[in-house]
Amino acid sequence: MTTEILTHRLSNGLTLLAEVMPAVQSAAFSLLIPAGAANDPANRRGLSSMLAEWWMRGAGDRESREIIDELDRLGVSHAASAGTAHLSLSAATLASQLLNSLPIFADIVRRPLLDPEELEPLQALAIQGLKGLEDDPGSKVIVELRKHAFPDPLGLNPAGTIEGVEAITTEDARHFHQTHVGPDGAILAVAGAIDWPQLRDRVEELFGDWAPQHRSTLSLGEVRPSRHHLTKDTQQIQVALAFPSVTVSHPEYYLARAVAAILGGYSSARLFTEVREKRGLCYSISAGYEGFRERALILCHAGTSTERAQETLDVMLAELDRLVRNGVDAQELKTMTAGLKSSLIMQQESSMSRASMLAGDWYHLGRVRSLNEIAAALDALTPEAVSQHAVKLPIDQLTLATLGPKALKYSQ
Amino acid sequence: MRFHHATLENGLQVVAELNDQAHSVGLGFFVKAGSRDESQSEWGLSHFLEHMIFKGTEKRDALQVNTDLDRIGAKHNAQTSEEDTIYHVTVLPEYLPQAFEILADILRPSLRTNDFETEKQVILEEIQMYDDNPMSVAYEKAKALHFGTHPLGRSVLGTLESVGALQPDQMRGYFKTHYGPPNLVLSVAGKSNWEEILELARKHSGNWTGSSSHRQLPKPHGTLSFEALLRADDQQMVLVAVSDGPPLESDDRYAAALLATILGDHTGSRLYWDLIDPGLADGAEVSYQDYNQAGAYYTFISCSPEEAQENLERLSTIFRSLKTNPPTADDLERARNKVMARHVLRNERPGARMMNLGLNWTYRQKYVTVKDELELLSKVTIPDLNRVLEEWPLWPATVVTVGPTTKLHAPH
Repeated sequence: MTTEILTHRLSNGLTLLAEVMPAVQSAAFSLLIPAGAANDPANRRGLSSMLAEWWMRGAGDRESREIIDELDRLGVSHAASAGTAHLSLSAATLASQLLNSLPIFADIVRRPLLDPEELEPLQALAIQGLKGLEDDPGSKVIVELRKHAFPDPLGLNPAGTIEGVEAITTEDARHFHQTHVGPDGAILAVAGAIDWPQLRDRVEELFGDWAPQHRSTLSLGEVRPSRHHLTKDTQQIQVALAFPSVTVSHPEYYLARAVAAILGGYSSARLFTEVREKRGLCYSISAGYEGFRERALILCHAGTSTERAQETLDVMLAELDRLVRNGVDAQELKTMTAGLKSSLIMQQESSMSRASMLAGDWYHLGRVRSLNEIAAALDALTPEAVSQHAVKLPIDQLTLATLGPKALKYSQ
Repeated sequence: MRFHHATLENGLQVVAELNDQAHSVGLGFFVKAGSRDESQSEWGLSHFLEHMIFKGTEKRDALQVNTDLDRIGAKHNAQTSEEDTIYHVTVLPEYLPQAFEILADILRPSLRTNDFETEKQVILEEIQMYDDNPMSVAYEKAKALHFGTHPLGRSVLGTLESVGALQPDQMRGYFKTHYGPPNLVLSVAGKSNWEEILELARKHSGNWTGSSSHRQLPKPHGTLSFEALLRADDQQMVLVAVSDGPPLESDDRYAAALLATILGDHTGSRLYWDLIDPGLADGAEVSYQDYNQAGAYYTFISCSPEEAQENLERLSTIFRSLKTNPPTADDLERARNKVMARHVLRNERPGARMMNLGLNWTYRQKYVTVKDELELLSKVTIPDLNRVLEEWPLWPATVVTVGPTTKLHAPH
């Protein structure tokens, strides 16, 4: 499991990362610019998401149609979106075409036209997306949970609000772009069948003279444990809960990942076994870890019919309690490690996974972990250490969100 | 890349594509049985059986099945469609023997009555989960309306009533009819060796008994009817159009896939420019689905209720105008480059190769490499597209609308 990670820092602050994957024919990149929805003005929620869409509608000397057509000709699959922390652009295609597509993407992030004619269609699309979310109970409950479990602005839905979207002007988008979109702190991660010197030179040429901008730091709001119910006439009640965890750079990070996986990361994990396999209470149940540089959470989610929802929640809470009281055993830790290690190795078969992994590591840690380092950290976990971490889990700081015909009783 | 195939004495067909550069190996049993092979009283049985396969055998209970697979870090899953039930795992090469033993073992299940009752509850939850999702509701309704009494029209999951009425003995009978070794293909792709695969197949599946089953293949004729379904609380509308397409036995499927891309890829297609770019719909896609001796084009549009009728008219105009405004050489080139690059990217993972290999062998008794498929795609010409359009027009179509208004009518 040894691969070399190549790094090149441009003088304007952009970091280029690359991993050469000789066994694949493709290449992929992930560009993260620290200008995500956390930077949206309070009365313009949704601005960064709209900007990401706007980027694709004309840049440099190409109009909207020319950009899309040219990327299609190069066989490039692409996505531009706003997350909480970043505006992100990702693309994948045959390795032979990746360098040919880079000048287009450089135009998109550096010289978007932001044509006022596009404002109205973009607003219409954003509003339809937000309304569509209301029709999708499984996604809606997670948006509601994140809103309350993460401090502002980390928990806000990057897609914004209808009022925010309606208020956006072309000037807002231009101002946001000038203020926040720049190379300082940006990460361009590339993986696949690439030629490093050629890539590095091309990136210098396309992004080297991109002027850096000033970065402001986020100020975070407060989070208090809370319960939320959204009433809706659905077949199932959605149950979602979260409690704080440690960030990726924290010394106990791997212990936290172990805890999340043992709860709900594989088919014999505790929640799946207790809620679905033994009791048949639901079809979908999961647990996972989600983190920003500043804060992280462990989230659990299940959907189940109204008359069984209370029992589902009770069993989920009882499982959290059992984890805190009794810790984990050696066998389940071994199982958890086997799963994470095999995912890690299989990542090497996909240029897209590797590119996003490189970018993610750099964002969280300012460096890229080798696969050997991660495997060694997983091997070093002991049941005692994981159990000691579990004892400290702040399950008394639980945020609970439910959606469906009736609210559930919560007693802990 | 090496290809091998063999048929065991009991009729089980084994195919493998071996690649020393892969990091993992995918293994899948393809059962040629799905919802179209059920009688009316068996509705939902194929998918229910897929769940029951994981509930254990004489030597393993359900928990043990999951634990044994998780211990070796296996990525495992199963899926049921109208025509196939597929059980698959991807593991690191050193765990292939264990993965093989587990997968082969569970394919001779106990089908215990108490497990049957517990799992029935899980399926009923799964049905309710999809009932809460407007996109799924629209898809099922459109399929049912288009295929009418043809077995492809029935939903794979069944209904609360049909699944509620199923009995364990029906499942035991269905298993006997459809899970005989001549009705199965075992597909392996990735890092492994043929002698080992063949030995494992003989050891773990060589003693299976049972005969092949016969599938009824009536030719479907889309009803081309219209229905508006009310979901009063929804904010957005979903519009679905379905028309007949070439069957999977036909080489015209490549032209059909390219036509779907030209017309309704999520970016750069005719629907994209006419509906999404101006903000009239926030989703508009065409896909081509091939079936055994049948085929269909599915068009999905998501939009506001206010635009729904107009969007139906626009859709009919786009499809009807193909006669006067046929695909151009540039349309074809862009679609082809996209489809080819995506094909290469997807097939870099052994799990994806295993799926491709298994389905090709089930229906075509043919080994088709990634290169072969790229070549077939590159051979499609404009006259091919026009011929396929002539034979399988996208309009008229069966149309279903789902959402807060039913004041809609079939476009002309």
